[in-house]
Amino acid sequence: MSDSEFTYSEPASLAGLHTGEKMILNVGPSHPATHGVLRLKLELDGDMVLRVDPIVGQLHRGQEKLAENMTYNQFIPFTDRLDYLAPMANNIAFSQCVEKLAGIDVTPRCKAIRVICAELSRISSHLVGLAAYGMDAGSWTVFMYCYTQREKVMTLFEELTGARLTNSYSRIGGLFRDMPECWLGNVNAFLNQFLPALDEIDALITRNKIFIDRAAGIGIVDAKTAMQWGLTGANLRASGVASDLRKDVPYLGYEDYDFDIPIGVHGDCYDRWLVRIEEMRQSARIIRQAIEKMPDGPVNVSDPKITLPKKDGVLRDMEDLINNFVLVTQGPYIPEGEAYFEADNPKGALGFYIVSKGGGVPYRVKIRAPSFVSLSAMQELLPGHHMSDVAIILGSFDFVLGECDR
Amino acid sequence: MNSEKFKAEMGFLKPRKSVDGIAAFDCRREDLLKAAKLLRDDFEFQALSDIASIDMGVEAGESRFGAVYHFYSHTKKYYIRLVCMCESSSEPELPSLCSVYKGADWLEREAYDLMGISFEGHPRLKRILMWDSYPWHPLRKDFPLAGREAPLPPSFEEGYKGVEIKPAPEEGGPFHSPSCGHKFSPEREPRSVDGACERVDNI
Repeated sequence: MSDSEFTYSEPASLAGLHTGEKMILNVGPSHPATHGVLRLKLELDGDMVLRVDPIVGQLHRGQEKLAENMTYNQFIPFTDRLDYLAPMANNIAFSQCVEKLAGIDVTPRCKAIRVICAELSRISSHLVGLAAYGMDAGSWTVFMYCYTQREKVMTLFEELTGARLTNSYSRIGGLFRDMPECWLGNVNAFLNQFLPALDEIDALITRNKIFIDRAAGIGIVDAKTAMQWGLTGANLRASGVASDLRKDVPYLGYEDYDFDIPIGVHGDCYDRWLVRIEEMRQSARIIRQAIEKMPDGPVNVSDPKITLPKKDGVLRDMEDLINNFVLVTQGPYIPEGEAYFEADNPKGALGFYIVSKGGGVPYRVKIRAPSFVSLSAMQELLPGHHMSDVAIILGSFDFVLGECDR
Repeated sequence: MNSEKFKAEMGFLKPRKSVDGIAAFDCRREDLLKAAKLLRDDFEFQALSDIASIDMGVEAGESRFGAVYHFYSHTKKYYIRLVCMCESSSEPELPSLCSVYKGADWLEREAYDLMGISFEGHPRLKRILMWDSYPWHPLRKDFPLAGREAPLPPSFEEGYKGVEIKPAPEEGGPFHSPSCGHKFSPEREPRSVDGACERVDNI
């Protein structure tokens, strides 16, 4: 196979270990270690990775093209299918971007509910990420412990939205509906049992010698490289950069919550594990504060051009009926302009760049997928590692192919 | 942003209207690489967040295609937006930022794949989301939502002699599988034809 078949052209230098006999190995597209339909084309010298070419796009659905042909609210279910392990966080990021473009300020109650949803998504997404990561390192038990907890988050989402996986809960200018009664109590009850369970997961594996041997010192990314490749979220923080969009470019009123940003020291796979574990504790802290000061009031902004009128009004009032009809058929009116918004999602900064020419259908939607960016960095990170470390490194970066391929 | 220093060094950028609070500038094609280097070295924009390719439509004439760059400063905590339009609509081309930001690699490949903008100086510009032999650039405004017929991707085992290779059912996606016995999608799904959405605006 010629050089030109690999997209990243600098092979790892093996300092004399090079035997000259190379092998091309395809991993995936359907392989348990690739966490989705990712195909890795590896050039190996013995057990050592010389070059790697991640081949993505198997899950490409053309979401950006689809978005140009539907109203803003119609696109929200599509955002569920981006990072399908944290659908609620994607809904919220998209709505936030459209609201930024239209200059809509959502109600305090809506903000607080969105914060709870985003942080529960972070917990659920990190649980899956750590479960799969633990399994890559050979620990089946952690997988079961994490999934038990994740199941409980899914039940909470089901109570709130009616759906377990594809929630589509957020709307432009508000939410699909207010919380059911007692839901906050259920969230609080979940947290009460989750934090001890998280300590248990932590105790199971974090000090496990086998796990430390496999993860520590592997896949080191220094801060400069991480920023150069555009890594964000927990992957960047594990490299020692205290950059969290929730604190730095606050949205949804995150500036009013008290929480810490965990950062790593070495930027290796072990640090990425530690950062995620601690992030879940901080998320629990944020949710507790949001529950405590949950404001009363409506969840939707009262602008008939943006949010649907109440159903009883639609049945009785001509004007509400017209507004309802126009909003459903033409979409919320978004003025002309362009906006870029990044939310600190579990996988990293999920960005939307939306261009509007006025009206209810976007002119262009660009999705900045954190998993896509993390995967592009694999070209530099994997070479020089053993084949057996590849699964650990992929697991530690916690990407999702639905988001990468869009 | 230190505006005095910024004006002195980046005076060649033209301010652009921004509704979302991000400082936005129009950048000429020949200044883009210089601007990116200055942003990284002098203004602490350590990361290239995103490259969004954009098609302003056939009516925009020669400056139809372009790219919107968002840079983020992890130390100063703000973004900057540069918009750079291509000079030709038949062969849209922009300088590559791969030498300044490593993260530009895949973002530029994506813009090339979906919008057909080629990036001069990119080490290996090839398709990323679509398969290599795919002939179209689907995010262009003149590409219909329903898709266009395209040859099936060659199996990656091609080249082995004496091995009989059959394409997997639905290989290449449902929009491109006339060989699988389905109707081509516009007939199957009339709503997917371009312009179906315009009906909505004319009510």
